[in-house]
Amino acid sequence: MTPQNESKAIFRIWRGDATQGAFQDYTTEISSGMVVLDAVHKIQAEQANDLAVRWNCKAGKCGSCSAEINGSPKLMCMTRLNTLPLDQPVTVEPMHTFPRIKDLVTDVSWNYRVKKEIKKFQPRKPDAADGTWRMQQSDVDRVQEFRKCIECFLCQDVCHVLRDHHMHDQFIGPRFLVYAAALEMNPIDSADRIAELRDSCGIGLCNITKCCTKVCPEEIKITDNAIIPLKERVVDRFYDPLTRLFKMFG
Amino acid sequence: MSAIDVPLQKNRFGQTRRKDRWWIEPLFVFLGYLIFTVYANYALLANNYYELPGTQYLSPMYSPLLFRYAPGWWPAILPYSAAALILWAPLGFRITCYYYRGAYYKAVWLDPPSCTVGEPRKSYWGERSFPLILQNVHRYFLYLAIVFIFILSYDAWRGLWFDGPNGPGTQFGIGLGSIILILNPIFLGLYTFGCHSLRHLIGGRKDVISSSAVRQSCYNCVSYLNRRHMKWAWISMFYVGFVDLYIRLCAKGIWHDWRIF
Repeated sequence: MTPQNESKAIFRIWRGDATQGAFQDYTTEISSGMVVLDAVHKIQAEQANDLAVRWNCKAGKCGSCSAEINGSPKLMCMTRLNTLPLDQPVTVEPMHTFPRIKDLVTDVSWNYRVKKEIKKFQPRKPDAADGTWRMQQSDVDRVQEFRKCIECFLCQDVCHVLRDHHMHDQFIGPRFLVYAAALEMNPIDSADRIAELRDSCGIGLCNITKCCTKVCPEEIKITDNAIIPLKERVVDRFYDPLTRLFKMFG
Repeated sequence: MSAIDVPLQKNRFGQTRRKDRWWIEPLFVFLGYLIFTVYANYALLANNYYELPGTQYLSPMYSPLLFRYAPGWWPAILPYSAAALILWAPLGFRITCYYYRGAYYKAVWLDPPSCTVGEPRKSYWGERSFPLILQNVHRYFLYLAIVFIFILSYDAWRGLWFDGPNGPGTQFGIGLGSIILILNPIFLGLYTFGCHSLRHLIGGRKDVISSSAVRQSCYNCVSYLNRRHMKWAWISMFYVGFVDLYIRLCAKGIWHDWRIF
């Protein structure tokens, strides 16, 4: 790294705890190739040793360093500084949808509680005598996309039903609709989650704004491939008399 | 479902820390809807210049032409338009379309104006209560929209026949309007056959799609179009308006249809 490649940038980082806090400016040297998490670590090492930040892999695979950078939910480790306007302060703050613990760290435990409430995988009777199943790759591919999820919860953070309307008790959010889709569309699974998707999961609260799809670091097509297909299954069951009629005689 | 026991902060309307020009996309979507809505209403209320004399051209906003003049049962208090009898079906398909829904919830209803931007209203019902629960009727409008593809394809065929010595619509030919009419059902088809509901009905509803090769192929085709659903939604919508405008201008004598042969 040559000194010519180095310059300074201001990072406006939210500092505080569960009850109060404020933005604080830190000026630090940056160099080419740095990501926001590098800058936060540099500030933590040189200027604010008590700055709390959750991180782990630095490779966009653990989903730990989720935050809001210049107002957009992103992984800090995957946001390169050269993609941000550095002529003005870069704001870094914790996710809005979850309770704050300290500085950039939020309490995402609600997500784990929600996950427990979704009906678990129930394999159908094995296809072969040795207790194994047979599946075509093309059928597996559809649900494989959903398994790329790293549970960074950026989609939960950006979803306005949770973020702005705080309907955590009525809506499970895009992450768990993806999780439900992975189970529901699994060729081996035999459990029926359609009624609970409509009722306790609140899929009808999603108004398809696709913000979740836009922020997904794994580029899962959350709305088109998970949420809308589940909505259509709910329509089959509850809102389409013709389909029900065909099923009765089919 | 589990609740969160810590109060979270509320954003004011328009509040965001985004530094990009987030308002551009909803503004363009809003203007797009506004322009089309104004033109569609004008074309609907005009109830004239939807055919071009000497040709079989018929504006897609008036096709199929069920009653040229007000039928006896039409309420006298309402101004009659032949388009009013049919336009509700393609409009219903678009209004309940998953892409359009997401777009107008943001651009028109500001729910939210854009991702991570504060909303104007505190209450929220989503699509699980009346009236938005009616959006679930989308697949029924899809069935009608597919019928319209066939009707408009027939119109495109009729657009190749001009008035000749043996009577109206007896001479084969190609005019610029014929080509414009041929492209119309193609664009509408690319939009309609990429519909999320069709994707579900044709195979997505099954956990095992591969058990039928035909179903798998159809599902793959619809999925391919579905990935470009937004693009075809806009192209096909404005193209319908353009076809109507072309026929209207030709019928008024402002523009002349170029006869290729």
